Amino acid sequence: MDKNSKGDNRPVIELKDVWKVYDMGHIKVNALRGMTMKVMKDEFIAIMGPSGSGKSTAMNMVGALDIPSKGAIYLDGHDISKLHESDLAQIRGKKIGFIFQSFNLINSLTAMENVMLAMMFQGTDEQTRKKKAAELLTMVGLADRMHHKPTELSGGQQQRVAIARSLANDPEIVLADEPTGNLDSLSGENIMKMLMDLHHKEKRTIILVTHDKQVASHAEKIYLLKDGRIEGIKRVK
Amino acid sequence: MIKDYFKLSFRGIIKRGLRSWLTMIGIFIGIAAIVSLISLGNGLEQAITSQFSSLGSDKLTISAKGGFGMPGQGVLNPVTVDDAEAIEDVVGVDSTITRILEPVKIEINDVIEYRALASIPEDTKLMNILLDSMGLKIEKGRMLEQKDNDKIVVAYDYYKPDNVFKKQIIVGDRILINDRKYDVIGLLGKSGNPLMDGAVLMMDGPLRELIDDKERVDVIVAVVAAGFDPNKVALDIEKTLRKRRDVKEGKEDFTVQTPKQLFETVGTILAVVQVILIGIAAISLLVGGIGITNTMYTSVLERTRDIGIMKSIGARNKDILLLYLIESGLLGLTGGIVGIAAGIFLSKTVEIVANNFGISLLKAEFSLMLILFALFFSFIVGVAAGVLPARQASKLQPVEALRKK
Repeated sequence: MDKNSKGDNRPVIELKDVWKVYDMGHIKVNALRGMTMKVMKDEFIAIMGPSGSGKSTAMNMVGALDIPSKGAIYLDGHDISKLHESDLAQIRGKKIGFIFQSFNLINSLTAMENVMLAMMFQGTDEQTRKKKAAELLTMVGLADRMHHKPTELSGGQQQRVAIARSLANDPEIVLADEPTGNLDSLSGENIMKMLMDLHHKEKRTIILVTHDKQVASHAEKIYLLKDGRIEGIKRVK
Repeated sequence: MIKDYFKLSFRGIIKRGLRSWLTMIGIFIGIAAIVSLISLGNGLEQAITSQFSSLGSDKLTISAKGGFGMPGQGVLNPVTVDDAEAIEDVVGVDSTITRILEPVKIEINDVIEYRALASIPEDTKLMNILLDSMGLKIEKGRMLEQKDNDKIVVAYDYYKPDNVFKKQIIVGDRILINDRKYDVIGLLGKSGNPLMDGAVLMMDGPLRELIDDKERVDVIVAVVAAGFDPNKVALDIEKTLRKRRDVKEGKEDFTVQTPKQLFETVGTILAVVQVILIGIAAISLLVGGIGITNTMYTSVLERTRDIGIMKSIGARNKDILLLYLIESGLLGLTGGIVGIAAGIFLSKTVEIVANNFGISLLKAEFSLMLILFALFFSFIVGVAAGVLPARQASKLQPVEALRKK
């Protein structure tokens, strides 16, 4: 916990006038038009917007999955907006933990191996990987399901594996993209509770991307995205 | 961390089960062919080397051209005793030995076999030169002498356990040669040379009596005197024989061969045959490699989403590249391992079958080098076949890849 105990109030990710233009042959589509936002350490925020608002693109930018056409993105103080895919991958692996709507686990690997895989690309040794993966899976309540493959798990369980995986490399940010979108309401509520616990108990910085008001209301702050830019910020409570 | 990549790649191969095995067939056939061909080729070469080296490097073999089967058989214009005398007058020739090699019917224990009967010169000095140069030693009993009219010496094939005659010949046994009875008075030691191990020796005189021919010569062996170059002497003998037999240079009806020449001729033929066969095997490997490329492309398509996932959780381009290269390399290597086993099995089978038909020259020789080379080569073919698909996989954009269902 020492990493989080400094209590400093620095931005972990900052978007400055970010544009993303998709070239579709004759037409150019502006998915983002000058999106600007700043997420501070230990915050739990949501980016909310209807479909077509540029949500997915925003999530790709925040998650360092893609680079902007224009503008700058600072992750932990470093400009990542012009990096090559391989450098981006390295940063992603280390600083960002992903939770996707469709879980995105590798079906041929067990829950344990899925969690370990994220650490493998960081060069963590096998012993440490095993230990850490077991800890994380126990934390999300899957101690007895570690050696099951994703196809042998329920949706809620799969998403919990994904949460465990997202924490494997102790990231700065946990980025959850519609984490409850493929789940029934009870499992969805469970997952949201888990994310809130991560925020409150473990002081993780969490960015939630969703179209669902109800889901977004779990965050402390909601950024309203419309037509590719932030239209407003709403504080919850 | 490379170990982890191997593990992960291996899982990919296992998962595709039957398809992986089918993919490996090309490599498997290619490697099996290469291993069996090279091992048999090596074995043959070794057998031939041992045979020729036993002739000694200072002996020249002169025989008439145009026959088939054993040297000097079935030729139009055989060499003669007069030829031998003329050769003996050539500078650098110490002495000559005229020999007869006669295929004969040998009957032991009601089993009939056709083998070579070789003559031993009556002259004690020449006899010793010949026996020395062939490295023949008596194991039991004694060597032939003058006046040994109804006596023979037999080689290893006749007294080894489980021989074709179903009887281990001992000194004192009687053998029927062309329906005449001969006493075995000596057994030759095992030479390892299949032709020699099948031989029966008889003195020149009684052999001529058996074939009823006082003049015939199949082979003349010229012993080069110490200090003379066998190749130079061979040229001089050719010149003398051309004059005697009235033939022009290039149109000789005889050959003068040094053991080295003989060996080189056979070696060249062997090498050509081997190159052609290995060329065919290489085509199989190429086809196998293309099979791997194809499978790997399919695998990239099937696993686009997995690649996207791996990239999103931190896999760099080179991690994906490495994973795919290792996977295709392992496909090649596994094909190679199975291929080596099959190749060994195949060439051993050929050897055993050939031996059963009496072709004991065909022995499979496996060198560690050959096996290591085959392993390495199959891995490299696999890796090379995987380069294009692996590059494609590594260049996938994570956002695009994740969108795939």
